[in-house]
Amino acid sequence: MIREKVRVKTFKINGVDVTGQSNQTILEVARDNGIEIPTLCHLEGLSCVGSCRMCIVEIKGSREPTPACTAKIKEGIEVTTNSSKIEATRKMILSMMFSERTHTCSTCVANGDCELQNKSVELELQHSQVPYLNKRFEIDASHKNFVNDPNRCILCTRCIRVCDEIEGAHALDLAGRGLSTRIIHDMDEPWADSQSCTSCGKCVYVCPTGALYEKDVSEEEVIKKRGIILELVKNRGKY
Amino acid sequence: MITSLNELKELADKKKCTDDNSRQELRVCMGSSCMSLGSAELGKSLQDELQSRELNDRYKIKSVGCSGLCANGTLVSHCNGNESTLYEKITTSDAKDLVDSIQNGGLLKDKMCDIAQPFFAKQTKIVLENAGMIDPDEIEDYIAHGGYIALFKALDEMTPKEVIEEVKISALRGRGGGGYPAGIKWESVSKVISEQKYIICNGDEGDPGAFMDRAVMESDPHRVLEGMAIAGYACGANKGYIYVRAEYPLAVEKLSRAIKQATKLGILGENIAHSNFSFSIEIRLGAGAFVCGEATALIASVEGNRGNPRQKPPHLTDYGLWGKPTVLNNVETLANIAPIIKNGGAWYKNIGTQNSSGTKVFALTGHIKNTGLVEVPMGTTLRELIYEIGGGIPDGKRFKAIQSGGPSGGCIPEELLDLHVDYESLKNAGSIMGSGGLIVIDDSSNMVEIARFFMDFCRSESCGKCTPCRVGTTELTLLLDKFIKKEATKSDFELLKEMCEVLKSASLCGLGQTAPNPVLSTIKYFESEYLEGIGDD
Repeated sequence: MIREKVRVKTFKINGVDVTGQSNQTILEVARDNGIEIPTLCHLEGLSCVGSCRMCIVEIKGSREPTPACTAKIKEGIEVTTNSSKIEATRKMILSMMFSERTHTCSTCVANGDCELQNKSVELELQHSQVPYLNKRFEIDASHKNFVNDPNRCILCTRCIRVCDEIEGAHALDLAGRGLSTRIIHDMDEPWADSQSCTSCGKCVYVCPTGALYEKDVSEEEVIKKRGIILELVKNRGKY
Repeated sequence: MITSLNELKELADKKKCTDDNSRQELRVCMGSSCMSLGSAELGKSLQDELQSRELNDRYKIKSVGCSGLCANGTLVSHCNGNESTLYEKITTSDAKDLVDSIQNGGLLKDKMCDIAQPFFAKQTKIVLENAGMIDPDEIEDYIAHGGYIALFKALDEMTPKEVIEEVKISALRGRGGGGYPAGIKWESVSKVISEQKYIICNGDEGDPGAFMDRAVMESDPHRVLEGMAIAGYACGANKGYIYVRAEYPLAVEKLSRAIKQATKLGILGENIAHSNFSFSIEIRLGAGAFVCGEATALIASVEGNRGNPRQKPPHLTDYGLWGKPTVLNNVETLANIAPIIKNGGAWYKNIGTQNSSGTKVFALTGHIKNTGLVEVPMGTTLRELIYEIGGGIPDGKRFKAIQSGGPSGGCIPEELLDLHVDYESLKNAGSIMGSGGLIVIDDSSNMVEIARFFMDFCRSESCGKCTPCRVGTTELTLLLDKFIKKEATKSDFELLKEMCEVLKSASLCGLGQTAPNPVLSTIKYFESEYLEGIGDD
């Protein structure tokens, strides 16, 4: 791949002229300009995978919407982040996340500090638009400090990425596929038996929901440190 | 070692001479379909029969690939010079009678297969020209039938640019489903400056009811290798991978042998034909995930990672296998390359329709008499395919719909039977060309159940990466169940349509984006069957 020179690009978001550098994504430039695009799997400091589909935006002339977190900006494109169609699609996708597993806020450790919950407030989703599936999974509470409750997982894969990209341990990965996909440790062993986990806790801090949490906390008691990753990256001079 | 076009031609002549001078051939189909009917045993019985009558100096048994009419296997063709007679439904118990009749210079009349019937007469064979003729285990046989001439011609007489130009003139479009022009894809990769580039052949044929690529790989593996080597020369790649699903063990066996033979003769390897061009090919096995037929997931799988797709761009032409520029072509696309280089792009362009040139191999399955493989020019009508070539609907049933393009495609109703099949016409009808599976559905079938079958397939094959596909395919399957049980409500019907739109527009890869097609197309043409599923509410 040829390394392109970084150039300044001018384009439109929601009719407003904005500029950014050619290596930036639509999401980055939007946020630099105070335009909010909802995200879930995205976390500053980690690579972008575009899997949750919350941040989809329309680009004039493209057939289908594209995730703003992975799309690099281009000169002259016209981006719409808030059309009624996009907003309806986001609501449906968010509904799907709620229906897939078991998200009962009132009994959740992350109640009040949950990005999934915040997203439903932000998008004004008052009830799920699709029937609940409530697929059940076993909880892994084997680790001395942490718990993995897949029933609250939205498969954003932040934990996998932080462990691989920041901690350098790659103790986590995915197993299964479709609705049965889940986060596993090593070769699907109990967390306590993981040889590669350093027990650093970064996965717990970046988890957007109450799927990964510290032991000895009760409802509403989880404190997430999601901003810590960006600080780490900055301190390492990579940002 | 073969180092020039002349040496190649000499080898071809030598092989032809020894064949001509010697024995009549009994060609026994050893494709997967006939093998499952016991063609390997049949071959052995015929051999024993010849042995016991000491006829081995006059006749030989030749294992060949698929002749297409899988419904009437095992197919055996008796070839005496240029004359050939095709026999159908031959089993081991017929071995004696068959040898009896040919020994006496006669015909086994009640087993004869009429090669003048539309099934054969209406076909135009380019991709499958050697299938059923040559022994896929013998590189010499391929060479005797004009094999590798295109590669040597390209190396000797053409610049990479000219090769690409020829493919562009042919207007060959990707046969894997997307229909992207192969020449333009090659051109983009050739223009990227990179020390390392790759050619990948996609043999992960996963659509239910599709087996075109299997037949090509089993019957004529060298044609695929030749296409890849030419692609490598044109694009500046020196390494190729063939990604084959592990469910095709016979194809893997034939390809592996072919690679070994070609390498031994110096047709693959370092400095082919004393040129600066080197090219080697390796096989990678797929572990059975349908999504690995998707370009980015396939590449992740070749790299040894979990076969998950990723968001494009960057496109493979810039950032493919191990981050290097990569051409990914389907088996059938690559099988078209050698004839295009041999006969010229203009020759190919003349076959087919304005926007879709050449021929297409279709796998006819479902409620149809002549199940099997057919190759027809683009623009052939569905009616010809079903009623003439396919022999119509069996058991006195009526035609209801034809499903093209597998789980990403749609159902086409009777009123569109005169549709001239090409990429655009199928798309306009709400379906897609796809890889070429055609499933014929008769009037005993319920279209909602058909839609549910494909949705359930996508549900079990969704990788789980993006939310709309992971959750949506399950939700849609359950919703379709309600229609089948006649327990759906009017709002369920609205939700069904709404969710289909969300999957189509917001899924990450082609699997999720096209998963609603079977539902949407059946709603379009058979809405009444959905309405019948709505109970009183």
